[in-house]
Amino acid sequence: MIIEALIAVTFLAALVTFVLPDRIAGKAAFALSLVPVLGSLVMWQQYDASGNALLGGNIAFETDVVWLQLGQYDLHWMVGVDGISLPLVVLTTILTTLAILSSWTPISERESQFYGLMLLMEANLLGVFTALDFFVWFVFWEAVLVPMYFLIGVWGGPRRKYAAIKFFVYTNIASLVMFIGFISLVFGLGDSISSLRLPEIAQALQAGQLSGFAGLSASALASVAFIAMFLGFAVKVPVVPFHTWLPDAHVEAPTPASVMLAGVLLKMGTYALLRFNFTMLPETARSFALPIALIAVASVIYGALLALAQQDLKRIVAYSSVSSMGYVILGLIAYTTYGVGGATFQMVAHGLISGLMFMAVGVIYNTTHTRMVTDMSGMADKMPVTAGIFVAGAFGYMGLPLMAGFAAEFFIFKGSFESTVMAAMPLFTGAAMFGIVIVAGYLLFAMQRTLFGPFEFDGDYEITEAPFHDVAPLAVLLLLTIVLGVQPDIFFTMIQEAVNPILELGGAF
Amino acid sequence: MTPLQTLPDWTATAPAIVLALTGLLLLVIDTIDPDTSNNGLLAGTATLGSLAAGGIAGWFLIAGTGMEKTGGAISLYGDALVVDGMSLFFTLIFTSVAAMVSVASFDYLADRRYQGEFYSLVIFAATGMTLMSMSNSLATVFVSLELASLPSYALVAFLKKNRGSVEAGLKYFLIGAVSSAVFAFGISLVYAVTGSLVLPDVAANLTGADGLVGVLGLGVLMIAGGFAFKTASVPFHFWAPEAYEGAPAPVSAFLSSASKAAGFAVAFRVFTVAFPLDTITALGGGSVDWSILFAVLAVVTMTLGNFAAATQENVKRMLAYSSIGHAGYALIGLAAITVDGGAANGDVLGASMAHLLVYGFMNTGAFLFIAMAEKWGIGRTFEDYNGLATKVPIAATAMTIFMFSLAGLPPFGGFVSKYALFYSAIESGFWWLAAVGAVNSALSLFYYSRVVKAMWIEEPSKPLEIGSQPVGLYVAVIFAAVGTVLLLPGFQPVIETAQTVAAALF
Repeated sequence: MIIEALIAVTFLAALVTFVLPDRIAGKAAFALSLVPVLGSLVMWQQYDASGNALLGGNIAFETDVVWLQLGQYDLHWMVGVDGISLPLVVLTTILTTLAILSSWTPISERESQFYGLMLLMEANLLGVFTALDFFVWFVFWEAVLVPMYFLIGVWGGPRRKYAAIKFFVYTNIASLVMFIGFISLVFGLGDSISSLRLPEIAQALQAGQLSGFAGLSASALASVAFIAMFLGFAVKVPVVPFHTWLPDAHVEAPTPASVMLAGVLLKMGTYALLRFNFTMLPETARSFALPIALIAVASVIYGALLALAQQDLKRIVAYSSVSSMGYVILGLIAYTTYGVGGATFQMVAHGLISGLMFMAVGVIYNTTHTRMVTDMSGMADKMPVTAGIFVAGAFGYMGLPLMAGFAAEFFIFKGSFESTVMAAMPLFTGAAMFGIVIVAGYLLFAMQRTLFGPFEFDGDYEITEAPFHDVAPLAVLLLLTIVLGVQPDIFFTMIQEAVNPILELGGAF
Repeated sequence: MTPLQTLPDWTATAPAIVLALTGLLLLVIDTIDPDTSNNGLLAGTATLGSLAAGGIAGWFLIAGTGMEKTGGAISLYGDALVVDGMSLFFTLIFTSVAAMVSVASFDYLADRRYQGEFYSLVIFAATGMTLMSMSNSLATVFVSLELASLPSYALVAFLKKNRGSVEAGLKYFLIGAVSSAVFAFGISLVYAVTGSLVLPDVAANLTGADGLVGVLGLGVLMIAGGFAFKTASVPFHFWAPEAYEGAPAPVSAFLSSASKAAGFAVAFRVFTVAFPLDTITALGGGSVDWSILFAVLAVVTMTLGNFAAATQENVKRMLAYSSIGHAGYALIGLAAITVDGGAANGDVLGASMAHLLVYGFMNTGAFLFIAMAEKWGIGRTFEDYNGLATKVPIAATAMTIFMFSLAGLPPFGGFVSKYALFYSAIESGFWWLAAVGAVNSALSLFYYSRVVKAMWIEEPSKPLEIGSQPVGLYVAVIFAAVGTVLLLPGFQPVIETAQTVAAALF
């Protein structure tokens, strides 16, 4: 019941915030958002699951009741967490709270609506990561789009309308493609399943129950469904070449929305890839190893190169997300315990670090009202704390040991070197590792130009250190990054437990 | 044993009786105190009457009156009326819409004359609709259809000084009169072939029509035309945009939700009971396959409604066309019925009924929001709605819920009812019909989201001045919004009831 309570409380908090007067909305939303943080920490503390939720593992905090009986397939309200979803639940609650805190300075109009939408999005995100029935999952998955669309469209930058509609259309079409892919699988399974519960579907697929549909053989159907679902999720992740909506959305979105977008919304795509493509159709995934690894490496390198070419700090961080997500894909396709586990760990690590980077850029923007690298220099003199945390976060991004990013990338590289899905995997891994060099290049370059050197700033604003409530979330994120880097087992043990059953899956057809 | 079984059979028509008495009571009140500008008493009476009738219908549905568990449909007055699960289900739709419209009219009609007439016309029309859903004979079908239609004509033209309203009323009346004539002619042809007006007897006598299949077919076609008028489906849809746009917005809400549902109620019963598909397609002299007719009408109606809605600049007119589009979705209920469908027939018809219930909430709510906008006098186009959310966030949130739900976006009732409808269509083998529906549904997001975008994202082109905060309208709109949201988690009892009562027709 704790999951239902968590989602319900967050929804209620959203409703309450929505009708509060503007002047207290920010503080109230922050206070209310602490409840789900607490709830998710209680879940982490009392976590007792083992194995993978989809593959017959023991699911924590499980609820499974029939919601709708409609024809052949019942729709269940089924929620629960395993080692893959729990870290993401914790990430969602913590990041939302910090994002709300970081909104106090930049958001100054229609505040109650802004904070209400942030909490509404959190509730839906929690639903995405805990739902274990396809229908319930899809409801939440789509419902996340609506608040994000408004957050970009109402509180965004000058081109916000274009960015919001582009975000909405891209991801909605992607959802449709994914939906068609998944439903064709369901039709292929025919009578062998009685509901749309993900565990039931995954296990039926594993038991080789998939038969042909619409003139396709079982394996052809699996390939078609895999491709459709991969395309759908790839837009969400995003990977090259489906990444073009991301920079627009990020640049126009207000800082807190960027934090949520990079920190959690992108993880929806990789989470779904792991849950659907790589768990349900492992054999098909292995047969597509080459194109997927190519996409992964292309995202890593091309994303990093694009970041290198940017002058806008936010664009730099946005494109580097594309690069980081490439590592996740590489880890997933490796099909080794460190590869897939590392990819899952990277989802959390990148959520924290990219959140930190976007917030840091936001804090600088709050004071300078510009994000252009060329417009400023020597900010460290005036904003020493912010600059210090920014530098530490950037080193985390580059994979400095003892920070979460290092652990994640190390796991991924170790896993993909050991991978046996194809002979050329070490080659791809080596190519992807080169991405780190580029990351270091553009981050160091950007920091050197903006933070260090003699102080120079052309604007009319007085540059002073940011207020406490702007710096505090940065410090918390940095702390969490270091804690996870020193002690990855906080999450990595449960992740591995949930990931290992996936690796043992054989081909069913 | 339920206590109902000890009551005489006629008490099963209690919802209709309560509505009729409420209508009369309204006239009495108006006689005692004519020309009142304080309409709280009238609005309250109309609302309470509708709620009471709806409450009785809901209680009967739960108790199983007229359903299989209490001995099947209750037939009254020489089979002229029948009370069964389906009639009660539709009564629930009519009364909930009538209640919302009555509450909303409290503000909308403030300081206008002829209020007693307005409320009694609404309630009498609702009575007619309730009788339509109970009609078991072509004669009562025709009479109750007229009882529902005549007050509607007057309601559309209610704003006597407003040219648009009067013009809409006249158009609606003329087309309504023609379609009534066509409908009556169709009835006469069917009577000529089968020698009966009572629906089950028509079905029983169909086999004797071997030599007259052509006449029967023409009769069925004409009757279908009458329903197309009432449900605002192609080819008799063109009155709808005019009437809905010109009429006072609460009346548009009433017509596009309740009146449309009434058309479907009677169409569902007439075609499944009087012209069962397995008999009528296996006549000696040929077959009258009306399911193909409805399949074509469904596709054309939903596509035309959607594309026309996409090109509108006026929000109310856009909603009018969207209402045509939704008639197309509901037609799937008849179109996907097959000769050997078995349980699937009841499922798809029930899904269509459930969609009409959800539609009753979201569409009524949307039109009542328009009523609010008319009350504020902010104009009719999308541009006029720019920036509305900054002034009236709660009403704008409700409207956003209606728009997304009408588009079939997930977190609302409209999503799950469309899902149920398309899913049942696929189960009946009409995957192409479901595909056309799904594509149309996806396209519809374009014009629905324009309203949302205007309200939340665009800057107002001129300063918005929101005068009053109409309490009654707010109550109705919020009620509809809560209903639309709650129908997502609470859809199971609705679809279960709808599919059970629909299965009883076959």
